[in-house]
Amino acid sequence: MSRMIMGTSPHAEPFWEATKEKKLLMQWCTTANKPVHYPRQLSPFTLEDTLEWRESTGRGEVYAITVVYKPSMPMAKVPYAVALVDLEEGARMMTEIVNCDPTEVKVGDKVQLAWDELPGGRHMPVFELA
Amino acid sequence: MTYDPSYVRGKSAIVGVADRVSPTGVLGIPDRVLEMQMIKEALDDAGLDISDVDGLCATGMMMPSMELAEHLGITPRWTNTTMTGGSSFEVHVQQAAAAIACGMAEVVVSVYAATPRAKGKGLGDMSQMMGMMDSKNPMPMVEWELPYANVMPAGAYALAASRHQAIYGTTSEQLAQIAVSTREWAGMNERARYRDPLTIQDVIDSPMVSTPLHRLDCCLVTDGAGAFVMTSAERAKDLKKKPVYVLGGGTAHDHAMMISQMPDITTTPGVISGRDAFKMAGIKPSDVDVLESYDSFTITVALSLEDLGFCEKGEAGAFVEDGKIGPGGSLPVNTNGGGLSFCHPGMYGMFLIVEAVRQVRGECDARQVPNANIAVAHGMGGVLSCASTVVLGSEDTL
Repeated sequence: MSRMIMGTSPHAEPFWEATKEKKLLMQWCTTANKPVHYPRQLSPFTLEDTLEWRESTGRGEVYAITVVYKPSMPMAKVPYAVALVDLEEGARMMTEIVNCDPTEVKVGDKVQLAWDELPGGRHMPVFELA
Repeated sequence: MTYDPSYVRGKSAIVGVADRVSPTGVLGIPDRVLEMQMIKEALDDAGLDISDVDGLCATGMMMPSMELAEHLGITPRWTNTTMTGGSSFEVHVQQAAAAIACGMAEVVVSVYAATPRAKGKGLGDMSQMMGMMDSKNPMPMVEWELPYANVMPAGAYALAASRHQAIYGTTSEQLAQIAVSTREWAGMNERARYRDPLTIQDVIDSPMVSTPLHRLDCCLVTDGAGAFVMTSAERAKDLKKKPVYVLGGGTAHDHAMMISQMPDITTTPGVISGRDAFKMAGIKPSDVDVLESYDSFTITVALSLEDLGFCEKGEAGAFVEDGKIGPGGSLPVNTNGGGLSFCHPGMYGMFLIVEAVRQVRGECDARQVPNANIAVAHGMGGVLSCASTVVLGSEDTL
């Protein structure tokens, strides 16, 4: 579906650049030894730049799921499955579960990374059932 | 120094309230006019005059209390623009109570008016997002959630509801019962937007918005306005109406508008705000005579019942199933018909306060809860983000 990308932030440039090669980068606080998502300029654990980018395995689990029937934006095709996915590294992200009947997706389902094309060679991370 | 606001308990009271709704949901009056009318009505209700006001609370963009004071021609010495969405007014009560208790203000007014229907747009309208659209420096919400086209705010609550259902076995019928019980209260309030009886099946059969939330699991979008006036317990004794004392308050927030940032999507900061408010008031959940609890969606009420300690985590579905939150039940909840059936202009917390005060005063006619001495107003702002709990009581509870 057509995605509304209304802007990307300068400090997230490594994330978006990596999507050109279909790599999912996550920030990691090297002091707290914990993932940070969404990307920040400074670590929320140290309030300093103790962040580095690491590639995610792209494996995760559905934490919460909703199938949208009445979207805010009229261009969105319904139904579609919006989820919160817990990556195995520990980060949680909002995403869409694609390539399946959206009504089949359940909390706890294993999912793996997939990609949706964006303009400019970039991609949007989405997931499909593993 | 440890956290202990007990000094503030009972030092201030809500002495005037007002609200304005329309049976059609549309008021057709500009927001600023509504604000001024509500302030006048709330002051009249208290027997006070605008010249008595030395503290002002307002929400909105850019110096809202200053804009309002200019319109009113007053010079507040205490000002408050705390904006936590729907729970803003519960926060105002607590901050005003503290200010009054330590002598920083004597008569405080908080006001709210919003006319989303008159302006012809819903609460999730895209125009609200326009402020976020700096493509070179977008708000995190725009970059990390908006591209997935989650419905806002319904989708955020839907995600919470889906996990609550998956983990605890809560059913859509149980959530629907919350809307049904709330509509029963609305049937007893002639000012409510919707008053016709509702069945669980009606809720289940209403169009799906974002699973598992149906249209009738969602609050209304109506115009509405309200205000309250607070003063010291001492001054309150000489005013027109029976004072409704501020016994306790608590507030907590974690994430803002990104539901992906909520630490545990089925446990709200209401756990903290409720605990603190009840501790300050010196009460337990079983002491509460009436609960006005933010009902942006049915799931909002379910999570709040658990987080405030009226039932265990995960048990709200079974708790509401027998209709105990409706008229005649053991825990009256949202006695004016709530955001689900009375009105919801976007930040419903003002109406929680107004109804809680009227219940403690005994002014609620058909829907009056007998001997309502302790009323709790529990606001929720953002998307389960900022919980704020206020415990109000009659003179007997001091």
